[in-house]
Amino acid sequence: MPGDPNLPNPHRRNFLRGSAGVAIAPFAVRAARAEIPALDASEDARALTAVGMTVNGQRRRLSVDARTSLLDALRDQAGLTGAKKGCDQGQCGACTVHVDRRRILSCLMFAVASDGADITTIEGLAGEDGALHPMQASFIDQDAFQCGFCTPGQILSAVACVKEGHAETEADIREYMSGNLCRCAAYPNIVAAIRQAKPLMEG
Amino acid sequence: MQPITYERPETVEAAVRALGRPETLFVAGGTTVFDLMKVNVLKASHLVDVTRLRDPRLSAIEVSDTAIRLGALVRMADLAAHPGIRAICPLIPLSLDLGASEQIRNMARLGGNVLQRTRCAYFRDTSFEACNKRNPGSGCAALDGHNRQHAILGTSTACIAIYPGDFPQVLAAVDAQVEIAGRQGKPRTIPFTDLHRLPGETPDVETVLKRDELITGFLIPRGPWLRRSLYLKIRDRQSYAFALASAAVALDLAPDGTVREARVGLGGVATVPWRAREAEAALKGNALTEAIAHRAAEAAFAGAVTRSHNHYKIPLGKQTLVRALLGAAAMEV
Repeated sequence: MPGDPNLPNPHRRNFLRGSAGVAIAPFAVRAARAEIPALDASEDARALTAVGMTVNGQRRRLSVDARTSLLDALRDQAGLTGAKKGCDQGQCGACTVHVDRRRILSCLMFAVASDGADITTIEGLAGEDGALHPMQASFIDQDAFQCGFCTPGQILSAVACVKEGHAETEADIREYMSGNLCRCAAYPNIVAAIRQAKPLMEG
Repeated sequence: MQPITYERPETVEAAVRALGRPETLFVAGGTTVFDLMKVNVLKASHLVDVTRLRDPRLSAIEVSDTAIRLGALVRMADLAAHPGIRAICPLIPLSLDLGASEQIRNMARLGGNVLQRTRCAYFRDTSFEACNKRNPGSGCAALDGHNRQHAILGTSTACIAIYPGDFPQVLAAVDAQVEIAGRQGKPRTIPFTDLHRLPGETPDVETVLKRDELITGFLIPRGPWLRRSLYLKIRDRQSYAFALASAAVALDLAPDGTVREARVGLGGVATVPWRAREAEAALKGNALTEAIAHRAAEAAFAGAVTRSHNHYKIPLGKQTLVRALLGAAAMEV
């Protein structure tokens, strides 16, 4: 599909992002998490609020409407479309990302509340040399998806599941992965992928 | 969703002062507030984010010889994973592990968890005009609607919405107290069972909190019943679902098996976190046999009022309580 002249420009999102009139300024240096000062109330609900966060090791400053979810900020402003908008009401898990090393639902987090946070999305999981994370590789090995829409959320959740110590048994994996729905019902293969990745992550 | 302003104070005093503005809500994890704002059920023009309040006790789990104190900003996941609490009162982590998903437990704080709003579909869906909770005086679409999930205890002719959650039923059972800070006067402490109001004629008023009051913590006295405690939850699917019926039980048994003290909370069946004192009275002083467990369950559901689709909750709720009681009695402590 990439390069097919009959298909829309794969970079259309850049166009959309630019047209939204949003300021994005990536910083090159990864800063230690600073104390985030109190933020006083603005009187103007139309004013944008500046938030700083580290996303996949890169410092970013975004200007967001206070109603913006972290999911929308990541997708529409940071250009990171790996996290998916499934239900947008905290039921499906497709938007799962890591915030300060915890898995959370980015659709239910206000972007303004992630000021100062260290965020990892599916785009930041591979090594700097491009080598897939063991969980990504295991999902491919075990054919742990069909349509792939839920997969970024499944993988972020699975990585956290192993790190939390909640992947000791198949029953544990099923319980602690229950917040990630898969419409294609690839569940047995997702469990197999996590079992395969666990020793690789811990090794 | 209407435009909003946002602030992030550092002190409890500043937070409660901020609630002086009209149309203002506290927000912590956001899992209820943001969700219900998106569907225009909760309307606010200003949010006060309390997650960066600097008082360390707000995020602390403290255990003394006489009590467990839980800060209101403790995350559900952190309390569930706390090894000390698991040893003292297994009921607490059990109830948390069976609620929501790990992602939500990483976000949601205890203070917000006890204030989560009902999952009644008619409350969540603004295309239904009639909802006394969302739109006072408009009627109740659930009374003669799809009410399979709805409450059978603590209902009124104005509202049969279920109180969701699992951990709050535990707090109700184990005599927890709620610490509350407010704009006027000193902080106050009330029994957790007094926090939520029965729906009555005003189901839109869900708690006794004044609008500028903030829950700062919970205090659980360390009774001898806490160790022999468990939470049993029955759902349509095995994980990540709200309770159809649940039971939080804690027992202090004499060496001969006689119940010295019992604490019973019920979920999935009531309009508020439900303390089943009639069941406790039926248990106290008796050996915990299957017959006594059934008698306690009969007492717990004696006042149940059902509608067209939720009669099954009486036998389900009773059986859930019987299983929980017998399971707790069989625990090795």
